[in-house]
Amino acid sequence: MSEFSVIGRRLPKVNSWAHLTGQARYADDLFLPRMLYGRLLRATRPHARIRRIDVSRAAAHPGVVAIVTGADMPAKMGIMPSTQDETALAVDKVRYVGEPVAGVAAVDEDTAFDALSLIEVDYEDLDPIFTIEEALEREDVKIHDESKRANVFKEVHLSFGDLDGGFASADHVRDDWFFFEGNTHAPIESHSAVASYGADDKLTLWTATQVPHYLHRELEKVLGLPRSRIRVIATPNGGAFGGKSDPFGHEFAAALLSMRTHRPVKITLDREEVFYAHRGRHPVKMRIRTGVKKDGEITAVHYQSWLDGGAYASYGIATTYYTGALLTVTYRIPAYKFDGVRVYTNKPPCGPKRGHGTTQPRYGFECQLDKIAQDLGLDALEYRKRILQPPHSRTVNDLRITSMGLGECLDALQRATRYSERHGELGRGKGIGLAGSAYISGAGLPIYWNEMPHSGAEIRIDRGGGVTVMCGTSEIGQGSDNMLASVAAEALGILPSDVHVVSGDTSLAPVDLGSYSSRVTFMAGNAVKDAAMKLRSLLFAAASEKLGVAEDRLIAAYHRIYDQNDPEKFISFVDAAVLAESKHGTLVAAGSYKPPKGIGGSFKGAGVGPTPAYSYQAAVAEVSVDLETGTLTVDKVTTAHDCGRALNPANVEGQIEGSAYMGYGEIIAEEQIFRGGLHKKPSLLDYKLPTSLDTPALEAIVVESVDAEGPFGAKEAGEGPLNPVIPAIANAVYDAIGVRFDETPITPEKILEALGKRDNRGVPKSRIGPDGLAERNGDPKRAQRRLDASTEGRERKRTPPLGSR
Amino acid sequence: MLRLPRFRVLSPRTYGEAAKLLDEHGAAELDRSRGTPTLRVMLVAGGTDLFPNMKRRQFAPEILVSLTHVRNAAGVQENGELVISAGTTLTALAQDPRVRERYTALAEAAEVVSTPQLRNMGTVGGNICLDTRCNWYDQSLFWRTAEGYCMKTNPEVVCRVATSSPRCLAVASADTVPALMVLGATVHFEDARGARDVRLAEFYREDGMSPSTLRSDEVLTDVTIPREDGWRSTYVKLRDRGSFDFPIAAVAAAVRWDGRAVADARVAITALASRPILIDAARAALIGTRLEDEAIAAAAEAVHKTARPMDNTSGTISQRKRASRVLTERALRSLRPA
Repeated sequence: MSEFSVIGRRLPKVNSWAHLTGQARYADDLFLPRMLYGRLLRATRPHARIRRIDVSRAAAHPGVVAIVTGADMPAKMGIMPSTQDETALAVDKVRYVGEPVAGVAAVDEDTAFDALSLIEVDYEDLDPIFTIEEALEREDVKIHDESKRANVFKEVHLSFGDLDGGFASADHVRDDWFFFEGNTHAPIESHSAVASYGADDKLTLWTATQVPHYLHRELEKVLGLPRSRIRVIATPNGGAFGGKSDPFGHEFAAALLSMRTHRPVKITLDREEVFYAHRGRHPVKMRIRTGVKKDGEITAVHYQSWLDGGAYASYGIATTYYTGALLTVTYRIPAYKFDGVRVYTNKPPCGPKRGHGTTQPRYGFECQLDKIAQDLGLDALEYRKRILQPPHSRTVNDLRITSMGLGECLDALQRATRYSERHGELGRGKGIGLAGSAYISGAGLPIYWNEMPHSGAEIRIDRGGGVTVMCGTSEIGQGSDNMLASVAAEALGILPSDVHVVSGDTSLAPVDLGSYSSRVTFMAGNAVKDAAMKLRSLLFAAASEKLGVAEDRLIAAYHRIYDQNDPEKFISFVDAAVLAESKHGTLVAAGSYKPPKGIGGSFKGAGVGPTPAYSYQAAVAEVSVDLETGTLTVDKVTTAHDCGRALNPANVEGQIEGSAYMGYGEIIAEEQIFRGGLHKKPSLLDYKLPTSLDTPALEAIVVESVDAEGPFGAKEAGEGPLNPVIPAIANAVYDAIGVRFDETPITPEKILEALGKRDNRGVPKSRIGPDGLAERNGDPKRAQRRLDASTEGRERKRTPPLGSR
Repeated sequence: MLRLPRFRVLSPRTYGEAAKLLDEHGAAELDRSRGTPTLRVMLVAGGTDLFPNMKRRQFAPEILVSLTHVRNAAGVQENGELVISAGTTLTALAQDPRVRERYTALAEAAEVVSTPQLRNMGTVGGNICLDTRCNWYDQSLFWRTAEGYCMKTNPEVVCRVATSSPRCLAVASADTVPALMVLGATVHFEDARGARDVRLAEFYREDGMSPSTLRSDEVLTDVTIPREDGWRSTYVKLRDRGSFDFPIAAVAAAVRWDGRAVADARVAITALASRPILIDAARAALIGTRLEDEAIAAAAEAVHKTARPMDNTSGTISQRKRASRVLTERALRSLRPA
């Protein structure tokens, strides 16, 4: 029998009924009396100076109540305090098509929409920059004046161990370029915010956000309203995946419009606007040089990345470091050098998407390991097992490793898929591929420097035995409310369904830094456990007295506190609560969590990478390729994931499968791409998000390494499992058709190109991918010329020039 | 979400009334070549194409004449020939046992249009009249404002697909149309003055702005397919996702067997030009053969020569051009006797 009564059981999520029956109240479901509807005017130019904004016609339009522009909120803001380069609405300059410029509040949505076309913005066009290469070269064009070199946002160089010696002692060196195309989160709920500024001069903002606490700070800064007068309530997010973890223009605009009108204001983005709000996966060019001994032992790795950051910082400084930081935690690397550059371009800002910054290098590195295994004649699975970074060790870049279950993940995959027997044996057009990966269970540092807890929780037990857990976490569908309820229920001996959860409310709940970097289970879980254990000891003290049983013999489970040697000796949870309140006074306890010191190095840049525990995972993909149409079908993805301990196995499996699905979409089709600054496919029809019907068979295998510091041994499960799926599919495609895809996504066009079956052009290739920083295909200026074209060419065609007959 | 523009709905009870309403509201004078925003009165059946287009302000009609309440507008009858009322939903068409049995290509095509929800609303008449598509055009008003518009809505602007093109290059995208073409379908129209019949194969023209001979003042009432024995047919579609998507290349093929030889054959394509095309050269390559590999290759070559994909849908020109050949081969091979 399990030592737990809640942990490890497949109990239904506490909020699933509300989500399934439509009772969950998302931000756009809120309707307040006298509420106004807001819409944002967005920039139609990719890079331009704003000469003048004239809102007079719009302001005079019947039904329009208020209008705000960038000049009303000029304070710089942004998620990372060290790189704040954004304003709530554009001031003086626009930097991408779709950037918010003005906000209108009107009596209804139609009126607000109509009013947008009455706002006149006079733009002076500047040269736009759309590619990494151009951004690095163009000194004459500055997207941000602050860039010291061309349009570089951030450049980092870190070196560990004896790199030259490592490469000198290698028997074999691989040097490969990769490109990971940008893509976006595409949550099904579009962003929405409702602001209400009341007669008490206090502002309440209900918003679909992953980071209510950080947003709280930015609202204070931009609105000039003390934080004590602002309350942020994170509504249930209908999916977020990192796309709702920045402060956004519509949130500030709704707030200021409400302050101006003293009426509630709602702004809900339409689908296209979500593609502009973005903050998704960075397009990244990579060069990876790896030295190995004959047996595959790695002697040195030099990893370089160039990130296309889009128009603003977002989390970019962290993203840049993350592309280099976590490559070292899976396999032994004795010498490591990392160079990273993130540039500005005139496109919607990139930021964190599930796997934040680690997905792209992991794809490149795991593809390269597959090549190394092939070069050396090694089985790719056995090879990885032989070079694992050991548990309870430190990496070359000074990251502390604790529990480490990658080996068990690989074993589980071999049992489930018979990878080693089947690889190379499936015949042309069929393939099987493998990759491993790791991720953090929460960033080791907060985004603004402070010594306070990363997560706080408060629990109250009322006289009827009711338990309320308050924690600042944001429920984004990942199951954090259920996690809070489960951890509290396990500690107190009740069930998750008995617990009331108050989350994401800056007035009612202690601060949690937010639902990003897969930190919530580990950090908020520990905070809630801390609070619950304090209350449990109060209950045990009272129960011990009543039952005449020593406290260390008591167990709390199934609504009872009982003697473990004689379970019939018990009192009910409710009775224990009454006794404890009589004995100790009101039953409230607070708990908190802060990662331990010493989990990372002390060099500049050491802040990104450390975590209290790494999750590990590996995936096997099985694919079929239609050799005539180039269509790639992924038949099955099996993922094994070390989550420390599955607090709720059904929810962990859901996260593993959801991650596999998302990774699958990224490698087969999804692209956030542009033509002359215009998003090519800003709709769910054209952005080829796979549907449930398109999704391959998914199998999730839970591996439990029981982390010593995680709550009941748990680590993250929400992001890491995405990472190995992408290289596993690329490696499977190689197994199927003998072509390396060193570039995502793997489209039918690229498969046909590799097979020498592009229509009329037939030279087979063994590899598709970049050879350097330059664009691999085509002419990046072509679309711009199409947009600039006048009708002259057409008219010449229509009227043959004189004398031509 | 995107909001619909304001409009008025009129609900006639017969096709004749619908035609009269179009006439009364001046539909005859409307000219698509002046750009679609100028269309002041339009018909709506299932609305699955029109309403998204209206939300994007590609059309902003003041009046919609709804066909929802027209009596006997839906249904399939067999009386010597197959008569499909224009309001028959794609779901009904795909599920009709007579269509599945004898007019297989049509059932297969209807079954792969968009999603189940949209097939439940979308009609065969609507699919026949589907507007041409282009990824420089099927975008929101905001996007097209940033673009500077294109020829299809603003004829004074260039075609973004090929800026010196004298015509709009938007692509034909209706799945059921090539299937109906290879089955020899005829379409029937009414206007305020009378009725006309057109062979579907002659209904379309190579012009993305004005892709058919449909006049703004007439109503498509039904489609008829002759009943002839010995035909087998199929529809093969390439799209990005197996769940739902417009075709990026598609082929319908029908073969009439006379013993072991092909007595007659028809091959039609869509999503590979501004109009769906019935390809005579493919027919010539197949008649009298037994669908040997060489015959199929010759027909596929004819299709390949005809296909003119442009860079205006998902996928690439080269992928779609190649697919025209591969899909033809696959379609024809599947029509060989079991």
